[in-house]
Amino acid sequence: METLLNDFSPGLFAVTTILLLALIALMVKFAWKPILNSLEERESGIANALAAAENARKEMQNLQADNEKLIKEARAERESMMKEARAIRDKMIADAKEDAKEVTAGLIEKAQASIEHEKQSALAEIKKNVAELSIGIAESILKKELSSKKDQLELVEGLLKDVTLN
Amino acid sequence: MKIAQKSIKFILIVALALFTSVNYAVISDQNHGNQNDGGRVNTKEEVEAYILHHIKDSHDFSLFSYTSDEGERKHIGFPLPVIIWTSEGLVTFMSSEFHHNDDGHVIVEKNGLKFAKIHSKIYELNKEASEVTFDETHHATNAHKVLDFSITKSVVGVLFIGFLLLFWFSRLAKQYKTQKIPTGFARVLEPLVLYVRDEIAKPNIGEKHYRRFTGYLLTVFFFIWTLNLSGLTPLGFNVTGQLAVTGCLAIFTLVIYSVSGTKGYWMHMIWMPGVPVLIRPVLAIIELAGALLIKPFSLLVRLFANISAGHIVVMSLIAIMFTLKESLGVVGATGLSLVLSFFITLIEVLVAFLQAYIFTMLSALFIGMAVEDHAEHH
Repeated sequence: METLLNDFSPGLFAVTTILLLALIALMVKFAWKPILNSLEERESGIANALAAAENARKEMQNLQADNEKLIKEARAERESMMKEARAIRDKMIADAKEDAKEVTAGLIEKAQASIEHEKQSALAEIKKNVAELSIGIAESILKKELSSKKDQLELVEGLLKDVTLN
Repeated sequence: MKIAQKSIKFILIVALALFTSVNYAVISDQNHGNQNDGGRVNTKEEVEAYILHHIKDSHDFSLFSYTSDEGERKHIGFPLPVIIWTSEGLVTFMSSEFHHNDDGHVIVEKNGLKFAKIHSKIYELNKEASEVTFDETHHATNAHKVLDFSITKSVVGVLFIGFLLLFWFSRLAKQYKTQKIPTGFARVLEPLVLYVRDEIAKPNIGEKHYRRFTGYLLTVFFFIWTLNLSGLTPLGFNVTGQLAVTGCLAIFTLVIYSVSGTKGYWMHMIWMPGVPVLIRPVLAIIELAGALLIKPFSLLVRLFANISAGHIVVMSLIAIMFTLKESLGVVGATGLSLVLSFFITLIEVLVAFLQAYIFTMLSALFIGMAVEDHAEHH
């Protein structure tokens, strides 16, 4: 202990104190401050860059999710449109079928009606012709056969036979 | 910029070369009787004296010395200025005037005062004395120590390391102006700075306050580490093994954590809340002694003792070369000494880092205890 105390040099202590104070001051001013500032700047720069990258990644994910949603919606829309179109097509076909049916029915009816009408008019024509014919016949008979009664009768009878046949 | 740096380097090298060619000469001295600066070292006692001499601060920068066959002492190194505060005021002269004598036999006369160097300390002789007399415990009886502000070897070490650190780290700082990632040697320094900041300052002081103290912690860490490592080089600095230096560092830490201590920190120390009133004064004494004496003292002694012990162990193992020469032969003793001192030097490299880390970490811890918000815990 005594030698230790003897070795302790107050002069060296004073000189070291001054030198160390100067060294600390100089190092802080010219080395540590700029170094620590630059390091912090760099670290915050790296942190910012990482955060930006993370944000970009998240945004990308959001975009992708959005895209998927949009695609899904578009698909659903297409599906519904297709369904609607199909329904419309079916309805149109059905309607067309109905219309056609109605139209043909009307045509048939009309045709039938005109046929009937033609038939009636033809029958009337025939009747008229028959009547005229029978009158002509009757006239000719009357002109020719009015002399004998017997012939007259025979003629009438023969005529009538023909008429009923018609 | 590059060219300017290169020319500065060139000038430095030239200056150094000139300086060394003038002062780095071989200084030969006649053998002044019993020079005890560790001339020929053979016996156990001589080894011990040599080691104890080495771990002390020294007034000249000597790399090595030897005794020529003519019995002449040769010293390789250069003298350093001696600056002392005496009874007559400031006195300066070069340490070469002591002719490497370290036991008070060479008397230097300046301003009518006589000085002698005994065990790396400079003594001023009393007025009437012409040479130093010793009592039986080898204490000078007619001389007293003076306040010694000399540029000793330790001061040279502090200056050298200080300039080195300033040079390295200001260059690292400059690099950030032009690039985000430093290149070259600065790239080695950057992770060390980050290590001190993230592993020592931040966890011990806390996110909120660490910024204020990081400058001090970084300086202390690199100061101690580089000085410890330079002590392992043949330059043989033992700066961090000087009580004055470690004491200075410990007192810096003490002042920093005492000044920046919060009100809560001092309240907990002086008048501990939550314990019976009668115990509080007792606790206050213990706490104050802990904070103001034991903490800095532990810092001071730990660094000093570890580094001094390291130097002593390395040199003792080297000394095996001489002490075991008789029993193992020259080759055996040298081989054993080389192997052992090689491995212990490796351990010392680790210790150099470890002690710097421990000093810085404990400083950060003490500062952290002083600045933490006590209100949170109650």
